[in-house]
Formats: sequence, structure tokens, C-alpha cells
Amino acid sequence: MPALLELETAYRRAQKDKAFKRELKDYLRLYAGRETPLYYAARLTEKLGGARIYLKREDLNHTGSHKINNTLGQAMLAQRMGKKRVIAETGAGQHGVATATVAALFGMECRIYMGEEDIRRQAPNVFRMKILGAEVVPVSSGTATLKDAMNEAMRQWVSQVRDTFYIIGTTAGPHPYPMMVRNFQSVIGAEAKRQIRKAAGRLPDLLIACVGGGSNAMGLFYPFRGDPGVAMIGVEAAGKGIGTGLHSASISAGSVGVLHGNKTYLLQDAHGQVQDAYSIAAGLDYPGVGPEHSHFAKTGRATYVNIRDDEAVEAFMTLSRLEGIIPAMESAHAVAYAMQAAPRLDRDRIIIVNLSGRGDKDAETISKTMEGL
Amino acid sequence: MGRIEKKFHELKQKNEKALVVYLTAGDPDLPTTEALIKALAAAGVDILEIGVPFSDPTADGPIIQAASRRALQNGATLAKILDLVESVRKASEIPIVLFGYYNPVFIYGNEAFARRAKAAGVDGILVVDLPPEEAAELRIYTDRAGIDFISLLAPTTPDQRTRRIAEKAGGFLYYISVTGVTGTAKPIVENIRRDLTKIRKISILPVVVGFGISTPAQAAEIAPHADGVVVGSAVVSLIEENTSRDDMIPRVTSFVGAVKSALKKRSVFKRRAQTTK
Repeated sequence: MPALLELETAYRRAQKDKAFKRELKDYLRLYAGRETPLYYAARLTEKLGGARIYLKREDLNHTGSHKINNTLGQAMLAQRMGKKRVIAETGAGQHGVATATVAALFGMECRIYMGEEDIRRQAPNVFRMKILGAEVVPVSSGTATLKDAMNEAMRQWVSQVRDTFYIIGTTAGPHPYPMMVRNFQSVIGAEAKRQIRKAAGRLPDLLIACVGGGSNAMGLFYPFRGDPGVAMIGVEAAGKGIGTGLHSASISAGSVGVLHGNKTYLLQDAHGQVQDAYSIAAGLDYPGVGPEHSHFAKTGRATYVNIRDDEAVEAFMTLSRLEGIIPAMESAHAVAYAMQAAPRLDRDRIIIVNLSGRGDKDAETISKTMEGL
Repeated sequence: MGRIEKKFHELKQKNEKALVVYLTAGDPDLPTTEALIKALAAAGVDILEIGVPFSDPTADGPIIQAASRRALQNGATLAKILDLVESVRKASEIPIVLFGYYNPVFIYGNEAFARRAKAAGVDGILVVDLPPEEAAELRIYTDRAGIDFISLLAPTTPDQRTRRIAEKAGGFLYYISVTGVTGTAKPIVENIRRDLTKIRKISILPVVVGFGISTPAQAAEIAPHADGVVVGSAVVSLIEENTSRDDMIPRVTSFVGAVKSALKKRSVFKRRAQTTK
């Protein structure tokens, strides 16, 4: 807890510091490659025959996902706080790679906690982290996926709290993480707002993003929260179907509980034990969700839907073949929902889909799925 | 006077240090836990910490993580653990502290939990992932029920925060002797002595030291600086190693008895030292 208070103080100070902001902006531009394009997906739109679909191309960031927006910010904070080592949890490995990258950039020691199951299914990202000089620590407790990796990272953090900075990858965890990660990711929505005004002369009607912990979605949604004409849809992973129990739809099918220092919707049993989440997309199988998404769900500011594995795979293939863009399996959930929503909307409507990451890491999973077809 | 306060009062009269023993409820199963508790009370344990297992024990090391998993697999729930406390209470006046994580309590219902825990005979609760800043929603019920809200202090806790926590704490203060999770590192006596001297200037509550004490010798070394010591992971791993043996309970009580007598020797030694002064 003192570590969290120390972090909050340091973050508040950095927020007010013009030099910090300028430096972060420079890194985002010159190192991460921002701003990312807002691309009009003409062929996808044409095929669906409804609303116009724009893709916010976070997959084009350095390291291949939106995760770098946050890790750059937190690593700069770690530097200011004089921490020598950074640690992180990772599911799909995108956040792990983004953390290993900034650790290399700033010359810090780096240790990444990753579930054994995820190490198996996301091998390319494991190699990338090792190439970048990070130590990848396999976590075998629980279901050996994202939540267990987070448990272990928290344990290690309290054990070495004096010289270690814990870079959490999503809008979950204890305060100030959900707020801080949201703010670092808000660059996505802020850019998209500017870009759509320029491209279409107005704000969009609908934002769509996938939600595991919820950082890419919150990054897109947050700057639009005061624009009542903009509807927001978070897409959770329905896995093999909500009815099967094999899913990670915390908002759609969970109940309120407390995990990892925040009160939010959780997948849990009647006795308050957290249940295992499942999704074909490793980055979505977290049994909780960022507390601010729970708030948006409760107040109705955003709506949360869910997409099954097979629907996400179909969207993955469709986007690849029609637009030449291979999306991350996580992002494919958002694309899949857009494919359902667009035909029901008039042609003058505008949808922005957050394409949060690229799908190279998922090639093996997909090839196995295709063999099975 | 509650059972915890009474216990520390008695110990002080005898110039003895408290032996606090932790075990995970439901490991290997609830009937065994009940038998263990009764045997531990008879073996001279002063205060019992009953661990309520949780699926995501982020403050625990590998030993208690594994115990929690076994307990959950064998069907332990908070409701059943409260029944167990009620049953133990019929036979023993040993102070009982429930040690665990917030979510199972929250799902049980804070108000219902406080009422049921009090009726069952729970004396204190220690919720490791509920910091004082967030505790009000539970404490409005547990304080009213007269259940002590036990707080953790770490080597990294700044003085000002120690003061704020101590002001509101009940029962005793639990000083974590190592920065980290349960049962993983060896505490350094000199650091403990320094921190406890500081804490005593701030609070009159008894202070017990835990996380990482695993031998009678360690307990004896730390005891002079504290009002008690907590032995947890060492007991849990003894239960696990001997789980299939008929003499598991005597093996556990004999270890615990050894810790208790190490504490007593130390107290006697200290008393002699004082009288010769």
C-alpha cells in the first residue's frame, strides 16, 4: 500500500510536469510511431453494406499493439522514481513485449510473469521478450494464464518493492493503475476524435473495442465520454459460448466482487472464489474487467456485448482477405461485432473499430483452427 | 474485555509471549482442521489464526497457496468455516482470528458475515487485501459486532501511516517481518527490533510478528522484542507432509509445543535478567 501511495504521488507530479508530457509525446511520436492512422475500410464497408467502418490502426505501433502507449509512460515514471527493475504480467505477450521493449530502451532490468499455458500458445512473443533481454518467468499456479501471472507479479512486487516498478498492462489492479493506464491509453481516443473530424467532418456514431481488462477500449472511449451522440460498445469474449461456462465475459455474465485491489464485475462462484476465464484470445481471458468499464456498464454510458471464438476467427479471416490487415485475435472480437452491427445501420453512419493489435502472434492458433475446419 | 485482550492481559501477568498459530481451514479437510484446532489449543497455542482459503492468494507464498488450493478442492467455504468456529467454540475459549481475503466476505455479505461471525465466536478478522482506507464498508458491521479489526504493518509502512492505522486498529498489531509474501524469507532480528521500538512509541496495542518465522529458535530470538510471534507456513507444511500419517496431529502439536517452550524459556530468562538488575 505505501508503494501505491508513492506511485500515485509520483504520477500526479508527472501529470503536472510539462517536461514529462513533452518527453512522452516525443517517445510516442519518434519511437512508437504515433499518430496511428484512422483508416477507412472501404472493402469491408462495401461488403457489409451498411455503416462506414474506420479502423484505428493501433496494430501499426512499434511492438504491434496499443500496449506501448502505456509502457512508455510507466517506464518513464519508473525512471523518475529511481527504480532499477521493471516487472509485468502478460497474457498474449503483447504487454510483455511492450514492457521488455521499454526496459531495453531505458536500460532497466526486466522480468515478465507469464502463465505456462500462455507461454505455450504465444511462443513467438516469448522469443521476442527474450531477445529484448527480459527474463520470462513461467507461472504454473491456478490455470497458468493471465490472472495467475498477475497474482505472481504482485507477490514479487511486494517482495522487492523498494527497487522494482510494476508495470500493469491494463486498466485493472489497485488504484492508481486503472486511472493511470486509462490516461496513458487515452491518446488513442484523442487522436481518433481529431482524425474523424478531419476525415468525415463530424464525430462517429459508434465506437467498438474488445475488452479483456479493457485498456484499449478505455483508451478509445474515454475522450468521447462527454459526447452523448457517440455510442460505445465493449466486446467481451464469449469463448465457446456463454452457456458453456467457457468464456471471459465478466460484465455480460459475472457479478460484483473484489480482485487485485479493485471492485468490479468478476467471474466467480457463489462463495466468492474467482473462476477461470477462457478465450481463444490469450489477451482476453481475464476473469475481471477494469473497474471503469463496470462503471460505464452500470450507468449505461457504454454497452457490453460478447463474441464467440468462432465468430472472432471468421472476422480474423475476413479482415485479412478483404483489407490485407491481419488483426490480433483480441481485436478480431471487435471486428466481428462491427460486422454484425454495420449492416443494421444506415450508410451515412460512422463506426470506429479499435484495431488494438496485429495478428502475427496468432498465426499458429489460426492454422490449427483451419486444419480443424 | 474480549478474548484477545484478555489473553494478552493474562500473558503479560505471566510475563509470557503469545504464540499465534495459523492454519488453512479445510486443508486437508474441515473435520481434520477441527481436530487440529482442538489439539493446538490444548498444546498451548495462545491465539489461532484460521485461514479462509481464496482462489487468488496474492499475499501468500507457495506453501499457503497450495494449502488454499487443496482446501478449495475439498469444498471449504466461508460458511462452513464459520460453522467450524461455532463447533470449536463449544469446547474452547481460545481467541480466534479469521485470516483471509476480502472477496469471500464481500460475497457472503458484510452485515450477515459480522452477525454470523460474532455468533459463531470469532474474535478478530484480518483481511489482507483490504487496506484501512477501504475498510469502512466492512468495519461498520464488524466494529459494531465487537469483532477486532486486525491491521498489518510492514517494514515499508511510513511512521505517519503506522500512526493512522494504529489509531483505528483493534486486538493487536500484526507486524510483517519481511517485505514479501508468507513463508518465503528469513526475518532479520535487528530490523524487527528497530521497527518495533518505533511502533511501541506510537501504539499501546500488543504487537505480534509474523511472515517467515519457522523454527523455535527464530521464535525465541524475535519474542523479546514483541508481544507474540506468528507461525504459519511452517505449520501448514508440516500438516501437508504428514497428511496421510496417523500421527499427523501429534507431530504438529509437538512442533508447536517446542515453539511455545522456546518462547517460555526466553521469558523466564528475561525475568531472571530483570530481577538480577
